[in-house]
Amino acid sequence: MSGAEGGGEAGDAATGRPVADASADEQLELLTDRLVDYRATVGRCDRAGLPDALAAVLAESTRVVVPADLPAGWLTSHPGEVIRDQAEQPLALPDLDAAGVRVVTGAAVAIAETGTIILDAGDHQGRRALTLVPDHHVCVVFADQVVGSVPAALRRLPDPRRPLTLISGPSATSDIELQRVEGVHGPRRLAVLLVVEPPEGGGVVR
Amino acid sequence: MSGHGDGHIVAHRPFPAAATVELGKPQLRENLRNATHTIRDKRLRLVAERDDWEELRASGARIKDGVLARLPELLDQFTEAATAAGAVVHRAADAEQACAIVTDLVRATGETEVLKVKSMATQEIALNEALTAAGIEPVETDLAELIVQLAGDTPSHILVPAIHYNRAQIRDIFARQMPGVDLSTLTDDPPALAEAARRHLRQKFLTARVAVSGANFAVAETGSLVVVESEGNGRMCLTLPETLISVVGIEKLVPNFQDLAVFLELLPRSSTGERMNPYTTVWSGVTPGDGPQQVHIVLLDNGRSAVRDDPVGRQALRCIRCSACLNVCPVYERVGGHAYGSVYPGPIGAILSPQLTGQAAGANRTLPYASTLCGACFDACPVRINIPELLIHLRQTGPKPAGERAAMRAAAQVMRSPRRYRSALRSLRWAAAPLRWTNRRGRLRRLPWPLSGWTASRDAPLPPGASFRQWWADR
Amino acid sequence: MRIALFLTCVNDAMFPATGQAVVRILERLGHTVEFPAAQTCCGQMHANSGYRDEAVPMVRHFADTFAPYQAIVAPSGSCVAMVRDAYPRLWPAAAPVAARTYELSELLVDVLGVTDLGAYFPHRVTYHPTCHGLRMLRLGDRPQRLLREVEGLELVELPEAEECCGFGGTFAVKNSGVSSAMLADKCAAIGDTGAEYLAAADNSCLLHIGGGLSREGAGSKPVHYAEILANQKGAG
Repeated sequence: MSGAEGGGEAGDAATGRPVADASADEQLELLTDRLVDYRATVGRCDRAGLPDALAAVLAESTRVVVPADLPAGWLTSHPGEVIRDQAEQPLALPDLDAAGVRVVTGAAVAIAETGTIILDAGDHQGRRALTLVPDHHVCVVFADQVVGSVPAALRRLPDPRRPLTLISGPSATSDIELQRVEGVHGPRRLAVLLVVEPPEGGGVVR
Repeated sequence: MSGHGDGHIVAHRPFPAAATVELGKPQLRENLRNATHTIRDKRLRLVAERDDWEELRASGARIKDGVLARLPELLDQFTEAATAAGAVVHRAADAEQACAIVTDLVRATGETEVLKVKSMATQEIALNEALTAAGIEPVETDLAELIVQLAGDTPSHILVPAIHYNRAQIRDIFARQMPGVDLSTLTDDPPALAEAARRHLRQKFLTARVAVSGANFAVAETGSLVVVESEGNGRMCLTLPETLISVVGIEKLVPNFQDLAVFLELLPRSSTGERMNPYTTVWSGVTPGDGPQQVHIVLLDNGRSAVRDDPVGRQALRCIRCSACLNVCPVYERVGGHAYGSVYPGPIGAILSPQLTGQAAGANRTLPYASTLCGACFDACPVRINIPELLIHLRQTGPKPAGERAAMRAAAQVMRSPRRYRSALRSLRWAAAPLRWTNRRGRLRRLPWPLSGWTASRDAPLPPGASFRQWWADR
Repeated sequence: MRIALFLTCVNDAMFPATGQAVVRILERLGHTVEFPAAQTCCGQMHANSGYRDEAVPMVRHFADTFAPYQAIVAPSGSCVAMVRDAYPRLWPAAAPVAARTYELSELLVDVLGVTDLGAYFPHRVTYHPTCHGLRMLRLGDRPQRLLREVEGLELVELPEAEECCGFGGTFAVKNSGVSSAMLADKCAAIGDTGAEYLAAADNSCLLHIGGGLSREGAGSKPVHYAEILANQKGAG
């Protein structure tokens, strides 16, 4: 995808910087720091602990909405109702806008340096309205989806022609006296669950 | 030669006159000072985080220069890719054509209200006025644009169009103009004001059928458009309506996705002083079952090809509208955006507006002089636009008053000849001698026109009794 | 070293003391200073106001006048920026002479390798880095490093020092209102330091700021930093 004007070279401007060389652990730490800096809440679990961790994040939820292809195994510990957004029968906007709705999705890639999550409408992510209209987005990110920099993240996307949403913390504005205020039109709460295998691992990652 | 542009990029009053009006507003100056200094400090902190910032800037400049060099070819490539992805691509030579295309597209949907994502291109072409004239109500959804629209005002900054208002003034605007606003909860606390905007726009987002946007970038290889934003109003407008119409300046192209990465790193740090803005949306034509199913793209020239024809002026088209140059500009900080008479204010506006329209348009010829050439803008620019160099270039190519021209020529005749120069030094001392005799302070409080502007706020010194060269000769 | 002094037209006519200071400093260091009498003006006002054709003969005259010298020094960040930054574009043959032209602090610190000039100036001083020296020449803190070595001198930080004073050549006349607003803020910042002297590397900016300080009856006086560096104990 490198352009005639040295685009590939430019895209590699990030290499050689500490963030690109950082170990996987350091990248996870950095991602966590950045997300917390944006006032997102960040949790961590291993693959086996994902259902319990998700259930804890979703405690007291009245309605949980998920994409059609979200693995059923993720929500086995959540006692409440789970509504799947089916392609042939998509949820209406007022249903997504109802009070107390939480949406759970996966992600395509996450960028440590900027604390960014990229959704590409691929596996476990659903259509864009799903992560936009509900007030609370819970996003599951696997450690092997985390990269250091923006150029690395764009290289990782399988098809950039899919609709992409880059999310860096909850909706915010700086329009009044240049002071940052969180929570305007997009989801006002973003919770990220990082799924990290223990070092000895051995288990199935996804 | 390509045609010049038109729209809200023509100043109707000379800059000095417009600036004088704005200088008379102490509240405005305080608001501007607070806001620009807040954002300046944030930008500096975030830029300092990147030890490769200078390389990033150079990459940004190089990519944009490459785009400008082969713009026609890339426009064709973009058009082909976007069309293949299901978008309908239109081309508009000027503001009038672009407004007509958008108006017709909205009319075809039968809607009488459109939601708008903050967009400089639509401000530039005066789209809101054109839609209103056609009986279609444009609703701005960006918080700052909404404030400006409710106030019946015009934007004064590229990134933060309501930068000239403080929180108390915004609260007043909402209380008076926002339909159905709950006065019992409306304080001047920024979160309360943002909440009021959320409530005001929520139903509109969920029921809108047509939205109009601009784009920060257009990727030639994939036919994708990119909108960089913070509040989520962009995502709402780009995702929920059935029809999406995007007005995109032809200089917004980048060749491919890896090039886009460079700008996604440069833009948020330079504009809002963030590592990354909260939301970026990228779409390529139509995706069945996800987002608008009717996607139109209006590629706007409006003078850009004329700017591209000028080998020195061309670099102004690298601009990614981050507004870092506004935030560091000492002139902008004192007068705000309205003094520039264009939707592009500040240093970038002082070069871009007269280039897009040609310097004969309105009072745009006065804009290249709205600078001390202090260079703060060039240092801040993420794509290395040498704004001081361009200001001088425009002063060089623009019209000049006959009296000034004659005086400058006469001075140049003196300065190119050591003999004439020496006699001018002597004349200056002779002329000043009687003043020195009567003026013990050695300072003048009033000079005649055209130097009267100088002594309005500053004393002028008298030349000393002997020049340096006299001292040197006498040593 | 044989050093040519490019005094600049403003200094020649209005601020001879600055030129005298440069001569004293360099001679005290054991160098030979020459003042090529044919010198006039660098052409900055013409070039920056959009009179390129009128400026080019001045550029050529400068290059002819200073071609014989190894090093050229000027007590003006702005005029040196004109020579080094704009000359090669205006008249490419001037590039070699332009490259040998230094602002005083560059010559002292980078070429001659000295910071302590044995100066004495028992006063409270604040320093305004003028825009062209700061952003075109990248003088950095060279002038302050020289001032810190001056015996008796108390160097105080100027708030928002890097903010333009509002001079800008013809800007001060064409946009006198904005210029005055910028000047008022600069004068207020200087006032906040309580300094007796405001030092800078450009007499043109000092002319502007000094005019404002004088009009306000402020306590600070403008001075070119070369005059501070030239001052010695017992010299008055």
